[in-house]
Amino acid sequence: MTYSLQFRDVFAAWEFMLDGLVLTLELSLVTMVSGLIIGMAGAAGRVYGPSWLRTTIAVYVEVIRNTPLIVQLFLIFFGLPSAGLKFDAKTAAMVALSINLGAYSIEIIRAGLQAIPRSQIEAGQSLGLSGVQIFRYVVMFPALASQFVLLMLATSVVSQISAEDLFHMASIVQSRTFRDFEVYIVVAAAYLALAIVFRLLFAGLYQLVFARR
Amino acid sequence: MIRELGFIDILYLIAAMRWTLALTAIAFLGGGLVGLIIALLRVSPALPLRWLGGLYVHVVQGTPLLAWLFVFFFGLSIVGVEVSPWIAAAAAYSIYAGAFLGEIWRGCLQAIPKTQWEAGASLGLSLAEQMRYIIVPQALRLAIPPTVGFLVQLIKNTSLAAVIGFIELTREGQLTTAVTFRPFTVYLIVAALYFALCFPLTQVSRRLERRLHVAR
Repeated sequence: MTYSLQFRDVFAAWEFMLDGLVLTLELSLVTMVSGLIIGMAGAAGRVYGPSWLRTTIAVYVEVIRNTPLIVQLFLIFFGLPSAGLKFDAKTAAMVALSINLGAYSIEIIRAGLQAIPRSQIEAGQSLGLSGVQIFRYVVMFPALASQFVLLMLATSVVSQISAEDLFHMASIVQSRTFRDFEVYIVVAAAYLALAIVFRLLFAGLYQLVFARR
Repeated sequence: MIRELGFIDILYLIAAMRWTLALTAIAFLGGGLVGLIIALLRVSPALPLRWLGGLYVHVVQGTPLLAWLFVFFFGLSIVGVEVSPWIAAAAAYSIYAGAFLGEIWRGCLQAIPKTQWEAGASLGLSLAEQMRYIIVPQALRLAIPPTVGFLVQLIKNTSLAAVIGFIELTREGQLTTAVTFRPFTVYLIVAALYFALCFPLTQVSRRLERRLHVAR
């Protein structure tokens, strides 16, 4: 039996896909902002804080970076209700993704902070320069940007707690059309397009903020 | 039927780690092979080959691993191949790991100064010989710490194979949760087991990297 690919039914369900795409975008953007905030605060605490704070943050970073995202997600969505904390799927997804991205961001920003010799920072400050601040972000920006793109792709995992993101919607379309292969090809292409858009945006942002100086 | 979470369940979870490790090993072997080809394509003197390697990396790094798992799990069956989760997982992880390992190894190859190639050429070595006797031995030293680091990513990402019914640590955790209804404890144990696998490797990678910096 030869199989012919048929995309018509899949494309006919574009409204489902669009709904999913909106949540994927929302999850990505919210998490990028919260992850960046956790990252900046955490890195500052990790580098300049008192020793108990440094240790606490280091433990947080190591625990998150050495366990899978999907297990963190299950722990928060399925596990925490028995400890009295109940979230809906979307909130649980946002919490888990933020905690996850926060740990990676702390590590990236910390490495950026420590890559600059202290004497350079002091020299800059003694001259009253604010440029030091900018230089720090130049060092970290590419690493953060690629981590953000990886995060956007990783949001697909939230479909496993039935948060209605693009990937979850794909499984709904799949069960309605029985076009398994076509659905996932289309979804993969949609994620690829998103990844390209994000990379272009980050590259543009980088040019805009840093390159003209 | 719901029963108590017992010591035997914990033993089962620990035993399930062997499938996590087996899948990691398969992914690393398959991904290593693909990665080697990609790294060589990316440093090749021919522009179309470099372009091909680059395209591969961009596409794979721009799509979720979950999508690859589903495409292989559902996709191979429509061309008439009976797919077990093992085959689908092995194929998806090889493709995924190949892109990342290829990028890591390309970076290591390119970190070797151009003068080293030229020195080889001036001794009359062919391109393949320069690669084999001069570039690769030096690049290998650079490659070990980030490769070990990626191994940690790979171990963590094998957890996604649970969604196509591949029984490994995370899937075993789901099954245990279903019969004991103690998700918090079970997933905490699962997380601890992943940590026990990954943390030592992270430390090794970090130590190797530090030693490399001192040696230079």
